[in-house]
Amino acid sequence: MKKIEIKINGKKINCLPGRTIMEVARENGIFIPGLCHHPDFPIKGNCRICVVEIKGGKKLSLACKKAVAEGMEIWTDTERVKKSRNLNIELIFAEHIEKCPTCIWNVHCGLLDLAERYKIEIKRFPDRKGKRKIYKFANAVEIDGTQCIDCRNCLDACSLLQNINYLELKGKGIDQEIVPTKDKKIDCIYCGQCAVHCPVGAAQEQSQWEMVERALKNKNKVVVAQFAPSIRVSIGEEFNLAYGEILTGQIVSGLKELGFNYIFDVSFGADVTTMVEAEELLKRIKTSPHPPLIRGGGREERLPMITSCCPAWVKYVEFYHPELIPNLTTARSPHVHLGGIVKTYWADKMNINPKDIVVVSVMPCTAKKFEATRPELKVKGFFPVDYVLTTRELAWLLKKNRINFPKLKPTKADDILGEYSGAGVIYGGSGGVMESALRTAQFLACGKNKRKICPTRLDFKEVRGLDGVKETIVPVAGKKLRVAVVNGIGNIEPVIANLNKYDYIEVMACPGGCIGGGGQPIPTTDEIRKKRTAALYKLDKSKKIRKAHENKGVLEVLKWLEGQGKLEHKVLHTSYRKRS
Amino acid sequence: MDILVKIKKAGLVGRGGASFPVADKWKAVKKAKGAKKYVVCNASEGEPGVAKDSYILENFPEKVIGGIKIAIDFLKAKKAYIYINHNYHKKFSKNLIKIIDKAPIEFFIKPIESGYIGGEESSMLNAIEGKRIEPRLRPPFPQTSGLWGCPTLINNVETFYNVSLVALNQYKKERFYTISGDCLWTGVFLFPDNWTIEKILKETKNYPRFPFFVQVGGEASGEVLGSRQLRQPVSGAGSITVYSMMKHKPENLIKSWLDFFLNESCGKCTPCREGVYRLREMMDLPNPDWQLFSELLTNLEEIAFCGLGIVVPVPIKSYLNNVLVKMPASKINLRKLDKKTICECFR
Repeated sequence: MKKIEIKINGKKINCLPGRTIMEVARENGIFIPGLCHHPDFPIKGNCRICVVEIKGGKKLSLACKKAVAEGMEIWTDTERVKKSRNLNIELIFAEHIEKCPTCIWNVHCGLLDLAERYKIEIKRFPDRKGKRKIYKFANAVEIDGTQCIDCRNCLDACSLLQNINYLELKGKGIDQEIVPTKDKKIDCIYCGQCAVHCPVGAAQEQSQWEMVERALKNKNKVVVAQFAPSIRVSIGEEFNLAYGEILTGQIVSGLKELGFNYIFDVSFGADVTTMVEAEELLKRIKTSPHPPLIRGGGREERLPMITSCCPAWVKYVEFYHPELIPNLTTARSPHVHLGGIVKTYWADKMNINPKDIVVVSVMPCTAKKFEATRPELKVKGFFPVDYVLTTRELAWLLKKNRINFPKLKPTKADDILGEYSGAGVIYGGSGGVMESALRTAQFLACGKNKRKICPTRLDFKEVRGLDGVKETIVPVAGKKLRVAVVNGIGNIEPVIANLNKYDYIEVMACPGGCIGGGGQPIPTTDEIRKKRTAALYKLDKSKKIRKAHENKGVLEVLKWLEGQGKLEHKVLHTSYRKRS
Repeated sequence: MDILVKIKKAGLVGRGGASFPVADKWKAVKKAKGAKKYVVCNASEGEPGVAKDSYILENFPEKVIGGIKIAIDFLKAKKAYIYINHNYHKKFSKNLIKIIDKAPIEFFIKPIESGYIGGEESSMLNAIEGKRIEPRLRPPFPQTSGLWGCPTLINNVETFYNVSLVALNQYKKERFYTISGDCLWTGVFLFPDNWTIEKILKETKNYPRFPFFVQVGGEASGEVLGSRQLRQPVSGAGSITVYSMMKHKPENLIKSWLDFFLNESCGKCTPCREGVYRLREMMDLPNPDWQLFSELLTNLEEIAFCGLGIVVPVPIKSYLNNVLVKMPASKINLRKLDKKTICECFR
C-alpha cells in the first residue's frame, strides 16, 4: 500500500493510511494518553483523554478512533487539547479512590503517571465512589468499585474475549457499576482476564503477598518458592526490560533476596505432569473402544482426553460441562505436582517436617489461587501449595524491597527439583502441554518394542501460535491421534460441540496460554504474547534435554513414589466435581 | 418524477432536530451496499416540550405510513420499524395497524427505562437489536451500517409526513410548532417554516405582555433567546417554550436543566457522565468556581460522545448570554456569578 504523509506536532511522518492517529503516534515515539482502549477489543471511545487537534477540524478528535489521512496536520499538546484532556483525567481521578500505599500498582500506576506527566491535581474534584462495593470471586479475583473508572475493559474481557459473560454493567449514568451477574447459570472461572485488561487495578488479583511476607518472617518455617515456566519471559516487563527477555536466573536470585529458603522451578513439575498425562493418554488409547466413547463408559474408555492443568478451564468444565469431567486427565497441574513432591519426597530427603514447609507458587495466573485451595489436593493432610502469587505480585515485592531486579546476578534453582526439560518450559504457551505430552507419549508408546521403528518428533509447530483452535493429526501407538489445541476459553464451545472429531485436546482459558495469563504484567497484547511465546520456544531449543522422560530427577522422584503405596496416587492424581 | 429529485427540489430537511438534508440521507442509504436494508421511523419524541409527532400520528397517520412505504419502495427495504414511545403506542397503534395493513412495517416500543438517550438514533438501533441502550461510535453511520450492520434509513415522524406531501405535490414548506410554557394557547400549530418566533407567538395570541424569554427546539436541549431575539425562524425540533422572567429563578432553571441531563446521561463517556455530575454538584456550592463550570461545559461541546452530550451547554450558555447578562446586575442573584464572569467565561 502507498504511504501517506502526515504531520504530528509539526514533524513529518510517513505512514500507511487507515491506521489510527494513536497507532501512528506511538510508533513514532509521540505519547498520547489512553485508558479505555485495548488492542484486544474494538475501540470504545469512552474515556475521552486521547484528544488531539486536527488542523481545519471544528472540534477536537479522538486519536484512538480517527484514522490518518494524506496531509493531515495533528497537534497533541495545544492549549485546547490540554484543557479537555486534563479535565477528563481529573474527572476520572475523582472516580478512583486512591489506595496507593497497599496497591501493588503504585510503582507503575497509569493514573499517577498521567498526573505526573501533565502536572494534574488528582484531587480537583471530591471522590464520588467511596461507598461502592468490592466484589470478590472466590479467593482469586476482585473488582473494587471504589477504584473503577468506567472504561469497561473488564466487561469486554469477560464477554467478547472469554465469552463467559459473568460481569455485567448495571445502572446508567453515574450509577453504572460493574457487577457479577445474578444469573445462576453463569459463574466466574477466575481466569483474571478482567484484571489483566484493567488500566487502573480496580479489577485485580486478591493479593497474598502480605501473607507471604509474614511467612518469610517466621523463623520456624522453611519457605519454598516455586515459579512457573511462563513468568521468566514476562516479569522483565515490570522493570521496563524488553518483551520476552529470559530472566530465569534473576528470578531465582530475586526470590533468594526476598528471603525464600529454597527455590524450585515449576518446569520440573511440568515434566512430572507430562509423564503422568502421557501415560494416561496411552492407557485411554488402548482401552477405548472403536469408535471411542465420548460420553458414558468408564473414565479410561473415554476419548478425547482433555488437559486439566489450567484451573480456569477445570472450573469451566465443572460448572458448565460436568458431563466432560471423566474426559479430563486426572494428572494434577505442574505446581501442585511439585508442591506435593516438595512436601513428601523432598521433605523426606531433607528430613524436614512437612508441617514446617510453606510452599509459595509464583504463577502467571489468578485461578491458581483458587486451585491451591481445592481440598481434594491435600496430601497427608497438607495442601501441596500454601500461597500463590501472581507475576505482578512478585514484581511488587521485589520493587517494595528495593531489589534491583534487572541487575541481579543469575543463579540456578535448587537441585534435585531444579533441573527441567525444554518440554517443561513450553507449558507456558498455548500448545505447549500438548507438544510436551506428544513428545513423551510417542516415546513411551514404543519404549517396550525396540525393534519397531518409532515415529518420534520433537517439534509440533502446528499446535503453536495464537490461532483460536489449532488441529493436527499425530501418529501415536499405531493410532492416528486427532489433536486440537484451544487457545482461549472463548473458542471452546465449537470444539465441545464436535468432540467426536478429536482424541486429545489441550485447553488454556487465557489467550496465548499462561504467557497471557490473568496474573501477567500489564499490558498484555497479541504483540506481547507473541514475544513471550517466542522466548519460551527459544529456551526449549537451547535445552540439552527437551523431553520430559529424559529428566533424570523426574524419573527418580517417580520411582520413589512408586514405592510409597497409596501416596503415589495422592501426589500425582486428582479428582473433579460438578459445581452447577 | 423520481421521489429523490422531488425531495431535493422541495428542500426537505430532517425534522428530528438536526435539520439534515433528507435527499442526501436517502441517497446515501440507496447507494450503500447491502443485501438487506431497513427503514426506521423515529417516533420516540423524548425531548420535553415537543409534542408535534404525537399530533401528526393522531391527525395524519396515513401520511406518515405513506412516507414510510415510499421509503421502503425506494430502497427495496426488507422491513421498516416504527420506534415509538410507550404512550404513543398505547394511543395510536390500533389506528396505525389498520393503515399499515400488510406492509412490512412493525412497531418497536421504546423501552420505558431507556429515557432521553433512547431517542438518539444510534442508541435506538442498539435498543432494537436488544443491546445496551447507548450511542454507537461513528463512523460507520447508520446510512451504511445501521440495524444489524445493514444500511438503514432513519427519519423522524414529521419527515415521513413531509415525504408523503412531496410525493402528492402537496408540500407547502410548512412545519409543526409545539408551543408551551407560560402562555394561554398552548398546543401544536402548523405554519410556514420561515416564520419568525415573534410572528408565531403573535399569530397564536401567545406573545406575552410580561417580561419573558423563550427556549426553542426543546425544553432540555433548546436554545434560550431573549425577547429581543425573536425575529428569526425556529431552529431544531419545532417548539417554542415561553418563560416568564418573574416565575423562573436563574438558579432553579440551571439546576433543572442539569438535573435532567444528569438523570438521562447513559454514562458511556467521561465528559457527560462525570462532567454533568460535577456541574450539578457545583450548583450547590455557595461559591462555585465559574471558570471550572465553564470549562466543564466547553469540554462537553468539544468531546462528548454523542449529540445529546454535546448539547448540554446549549440551554445554559444561551440563557447566561442572552438573558441573564442583560438583566440589571442586582437581579442576577446566582451564586455570586456576575456580569464580568459571564462575559469572560461563557462567551
